[in-house]
Order: sequence, then C-alpha cells, then structure tokens
Amino acid sequence: MRVGILIRTWEFEVKAESLIRIAVVAGFIVLIELLCRSGIIPSSVLIPPSAMFTHGIDLLRSGKFDHDIVTSLVNIVAASIVSVLLGFVLGLGIHALPSVRRSIEPLLSSYYAIPTFIFYPVFIVILGIGSLPIIAIAVMLSVVTMITATLNGLDRIPRALHKSAQVMRLSRWRSAIYIKLPATLPYLFTGVKLSVAYAFIGVAASEFILSGSGIGYAIGYAYNNFQNDDMYSLMLFVLVLVTLVNSVLNRIDQRFQARRRR
Amino acid sequence: MKTRNSHPTLQVVESPGQPAPKSPEAHVELAGVTRYFAKNDSKELLHALGPIDLTLTRGEFFSVVGPSGCGKSTLLDAIAGLSKPSSGTVTFEGQPVNGVPDGVGVVFQEDASFPWLNLRDNISFGLRMAGVDGAEIWRRVDYAMGFMGLNDFANAHPSQLSGGMRQRVCIARTLVLQPRLILLDEPFGALDQQTRLLMGDELLRLWRETSATVLLITHALDEAAMLSDRVGVMSARPGLFIDIVETGWERSRDSRVVSTPRFGEINARLWEKLRVESLKVMGAH
Amino acid sequence: MRRFVDSLLVALVIVACWQCLNWAVGNNSLSSPWSTVVALVQMLGTAAFWGNVGETARALAYALVIALAGGVALGVLLGANRMSGVVAEPILLNLYSLPKVTLYPLVLLVFGLGLSAKVAFGVMHGLIPILMFTMNAIREMRPVYLRASKTMRLSFARTIVYVVLPAIFPEVVSGLRLGFSLTLLGVLIGEMFASQRGLGYLLTSAMNLGDIRTIMTVALFLTVFALSCNGLLMMADRRLKHR
Repeated sequence: MRVGILIRTWEFEVKAESLIRIAVVAGFIVLIELLCRSGIIPSSVLIPPSAMFTHGIDLLRSGKFDHDIVTSLVNIVAASIVSVLLGFVLGLGIHALPSVRRSIEPLLSSYYAIPTFIFYPVFIVILGIGSLPIIAIAVMLSVVTMITATLNGLDRIPRALHKSAQVMRLSRWRSAIYIKLPATLPYLFTGVKLSVAYAFIGVAASEFILSGSGIGYAIGYAYNNFQNDDMYSLMLFVLVLVTLVNSVLNRIDQRFQARRRR
Repeated sequence: MKTRNSHPTLQVVESPGQPAPKSPEAHVELAGVTRYFAKNDSKELLHALGPIDLTLTRGEFFSVVGPSGCGKSTLLDAIAGLSKPSSGTVTFEGQPVNGVPDGVGVVFQEDASFPWLNLRDNISFGLRMAGVDGAEIWRRVDYAMGFMGLNDFANAHPSQLSGGMRQRVCIARTLVLQPRLILLDEPFGALDQQTRLLMGDELLRLWRETSATVLLITHALDEAAMLSDRVGVMSARPGLFIDIVETGWERSRDSRVVSTPRFGEINARLWEKLRVESLKVMGAH
Repeated sequence: MRRFVDSLLVALVIVACWQCLNWAVGNNSLSSPWSTVVALVQMLGTAAFWGNVGETARALAYALVIALAGGVALGVLLGANRMSGVVAEPILLNLYSLPKVTLYPLVLLVFGLGLSAKVAFGVMHGLIPILMFTMNAIREMRPVYLRASKTMRLSFARTIVYVVLPAIFPEVVSGLRLGFSLTLLGVLIGEMFASQRGLGYLLTSAMNLGDIRTIMTVALFLTVFALSCNGLLMMADRRLKHR
C-alpha cells in the first residue's frame, strides 16, 4: 500500500520538473526557429529546426546515409561491448590483486587528464584507415571508466554479503554469480552507461577527424561541400539518438539505484 | 554619550538621535506575531507560531524553552529580521524590524565559522566587512579572543578545533560587533554537559560585560533556569507563551545557583508546564 | 613516497609494453621509446615547435578563463534556486554526453576558422563539468553560512564574493581538474581539423605525411604536460579537502 503511494508522489514531483524542462527546451527550439525564419540568423549559418527535421525524414526515407548510419552504429556497439567486457575483466583482475591496484590507481584517476585522441593518428598508422582504429580509440576512451566502475562496485559489496556467502558455504564461482554480481550490478550499470556515452563520443570524433564512412564523416563531408541541410539533419539525428539512448540507460540506471536505496 | 559600564574597550554606548522608545525600558517588542508556512505540495498553510506578544527590557536575559517543533527558532528568525512574520509587528529600539537591524548579533545552533579562514580572520570578519578602522578591529579581536580563551589558537583553522571551541569562535565573532541584542539559538546543543555549564558561565560573563539584552533559545530547562532573568515556556505547535517565570537571580550569578533550592523550584515549575506540551508532541509522532 | 615508487613502476611497465609493441610492428608503425624521447628533445630546441606550443597555449588559456568564469557564474545562478538546478541537471548531463564534435560545423560557421573557433571548442568541452560541480557545490553549501552573512548585514555582492565563493572553492577546483583536461581536448581536436597552427595541427599534418615519429613526439609531450597539470590540480584538490 505504502509503495503505491510513494510511486504516486514520486510521479507527481517528477511531473512538475519535467514540464518545466520540456517548456525550456521547447522554448529554446521555438526561439531558434524564429531567429532563423526571420533571417536574423542567416541560412548559410543555421537552418530552422523544422527544416532540419523535415529534411531528416526525407534523408531517412531516401536511405542516402543508411550506410553511414549503420557503420557508425556498428562501430559504437562494437566499441561499447569491447570496453564493457574488457573493462569488467580488467576491473575484476585489478580488484583481486591489491598491490597492482595500488600502483595503478594514480594512473586510473589521471587517465582522463590525457587527451586520448592524440593517439588516434598512431592507431591509424598501425591499423590503417577503417573501422579498427575507430573502435580502438573509442575503446581506449571508454574502458577506463568501466574499470573504475567495476572497482567501485566490487568495493561496495557490503561485508555482510561476503559473510553470508561463506556461511552458506558457496563455492567461489557460485558466490560470485549469485551474490557478488547482483550486488555489484547497479555500479556496473553506471559504468556501462558511461562507457556507451564515451563510445559514442569516441566514434563520432574519430569519424569526423579522419575516416571514410560513418555519421561523423558524413557530417564533415557535408560541411566541406556546403550542404548545410544534410549536415544539420545529420546533427539533429545524432542529437536525438544520443538523447534517446541516454534516457533509456538513465531509466534503467534509476531502477537500479532505487533498488539499492531500499 | 552615556557609557553603561566602565570597561575600557567594550563600551556599550547609547547613540544620540534615536527616537524615544514607546515604553521607557522596552528594547524588543513583539505584538501579535504569527508565522505560517506553506506545506510542500498542498495549498495548506502550517500554523507554526503565535500569536506572540512579548516585551524584552533592555539588558535582560530572557530564555525560551519549549518542545521540539514549537517554533522557537522561527521566533528568533522573526526577532532577528531573518524572516518576516505572517502578521504582527516586531520592534527593536523603537523601530520596526525590516531585515537584520544594526546592533543585533546572532549565534546559531550549527557551527557557522568559516572553514577557509583562520580564527583571527573569522572573528574579525564582520568588522572588516563593516569597514571598521584597522587598529580598532585588532583591538576588539584581541580582547574577544582573550575573553573567550582563544588566544592560543589565533592562527588555527576551525577544522582543527573541537565543537565547543568553534562555537566560542562564533560567539567571539558576534561579540566584536558590539551588539546591543544577542540572540542565541541552542548554541550549546552539540556540546557535552560539563562544557555546557562552563559555556553558560561564559555567556553570563559576556552578558555582564556588554550589558546587552540576551535572548537564549534552549531545550535544556536547567540551562534556562540557571542563566535567565525570565524564562518563557512555549506550547507545542503553534507556539504560544503559556508561562513566563521570573527567576529573581542576582546579576552577579554563575552556575553555582544550581545548588540553591530556588533553582529546584524554578525547574519544577518549568517542567510542570512543559511536560504537558512535550507529551502532546510525543503523541503526535 | 610509496605512491611515487608505485607510479614509477607503472610508468616503467608502460614503457616496456611500448618497446615490445615497437619490436612487434616495426619503426615505421610505431617509434621506440628511446627514439621518441630523442626526437622530443630535438624538437624542444626548435623555434617552430615552441611557436606551435604558444599557439595552443594561447587558445587553451582563453578557453580556460571563459570556461571557468562562465561555469562558475552559471553554476551559482542555477544552483541558487532549487527548481532551476533540478530542471537543468538532466539537460546538462545530456549535453555533456553528446559527441560535441558533431556540433563543430556549427561553431565553424559562426566563428570561422582560427583562434575563436578553437577557443569555442575548448569552452564547449570544459564549461559543463565546471558548471555542474559549481552547481552541486552551491546546493550542498551549508545554509548557516548564508544566515550568518545576513546577520552580519552583508550586501548580496559581498556575500557572493566573501562567503559563497570561498565556501565552494574546493569543489570548483575539482571541477576545474576535469574541466582543464576537457578544455585541452577540445582545443586540440579543434586544431586537428580546423587550424593551420598549433599542436593539434602538427598532429594532423604529421598524420597525413605518415610521420609517425612526430606524431608520437607530440603525443608524448602533450601526455606529460596534461599529467603534470592534473597532478598539480590533484595536489590542490587534496589540500583543500582537509578543510
């Protein structure tokens, strides 16, 4: 009974802020639309959002950029999967070896200080142009956040759970799968969320800088060829895609967090 | 200009040109003060305080006791000018209170010392902001630090000190501004019993030195009984004064009054009224 | 001391892996550690290199100042009001995880090629973390500080300058640590495709020529620079946490 009321109150609270948020975003879009249509912002700089949208629908229908979109998505998914798995395994390993962890810790916390992109040219030289260096740099960007999240999650398993596993005389494998993994899941998922975000960024930026295909490349190409409508529609597509993926991942993340808080 | 005590550094001076207060001795007057709060989601109003009628005479030590949630802190906020009452008037030195008036000092329940400043800079903060002359600042700060026993810690930071010391810093910071009205909101709440008693003595010393009017909010009956000239007992929410007890202590009192029979009587009378109110609050939980 | 030894060990391991990789793929694909260091020392002696460094440093400095000032100002504004903070947070998080590179053409169209575009890229990357850290700091700031400043009758401006800003300073430094790295990244990426000068440009031109040695030398230089700055900020961060 009480849970039901809680959810209802939560829903009510969420409503007010969501409405304001939607209003703010919508207002912003309307403002841009007006500025573009009235000519204050010249069409050589920015096309109206409505035009971006309609042109985008046309592009999707015509399939002009289907190949690029698919390429990018494949790269992103591949990079996400590799960095999540690799990060998880490395995190497990590092957690199991405290001395290694102590030495690596400063590197992990300073990792994101290094502009990892500067190594993209290195990857291109070694791996040639194509999907491989893109996936490589995206993994390089996102793997550490997964490692940190895994370490964090493993740290936070309450002692009581370890002890319960011992009392129930579970083997190491079983305690890992049935107790530790579920306990760590919320933190792991935060790592997944961040890894996916970084994979997006890594893939998009690499394609933009140097690539033969992909959404990033397509945007760059359209820019160089003064095809503003293609360019902006693609940018809108990326924006919408990222927002959707983020909201889905956030929703799931919140479910995990709520479970944890209780 | 009339000086009220003979202390060389800390003199409370009556500034000329102030309009004569309505009643000759009234320092703070509250008439019909109430406070309503809007509840979170609904349009309903929560009646937190009042109506309160209260007059504090100049230089008196007045304590307010009451069950939790009765609106004691709300009352202090209204007197200090930190918030406007929903109705009624608050008058300080004959003038209506609008924002924090000059000559009012407040010591809060929580530690309000600034962790990024050392003790000296903390204590001198208000004076520096008010643009008081440099030599005068350090004179007052040195006096206050000596008075509160903080001399050895001038360059320390609050994070290095205990809770009691930090509250002393807050009191010193208020003291150097030479307030004519000192408001304290459960200032010793976080301290242990022995420290409380000693701090109580210091508070009395302070009161005598500055001849300020003091309003102390506390939930500790013995503290109120020991320190004050008068104690106001507040009812459970909405807070109203259900009794005002005169202690009749001498001005030169200290914590040793706790061993007198009169102390026991005062305590008993306070508890008699307060017990009923506290039960009401407990019942509500 | 212990920490230093550990870091040294890690550095050695990395160098060892680097060397092994070099032996595996050959000098044309990856320079060896030693030759990179030698090349770097040589490069540090040339005026051309320092010219590029200066170019990047200039853009970085401008971008940092704007990101810091803007981030703190907006953070204070958004954090002061409870509702605005709650409304803004998801929008900011979304913008943060957006591949900003996809917005670059817009920036180029607005600012043209050159310094202002680079600075804009840098600001785009670094502003949001600084803003979010500041916003959080304001929301978590102890309300008693504000009450105390009201009691001391401080004006609004003075409250901000003498109470609020010092109170949130440690969090701002934490945000700056992240913001610094991201701003540097933004400026470098901007130079990588939209500039004729600067370290990022050096990287792309070397990449186009297949000059792996230069790529690695510049990368090494930037890595050392970034890690040192980060190290300094981390020390400051730690010092402030003790408050």
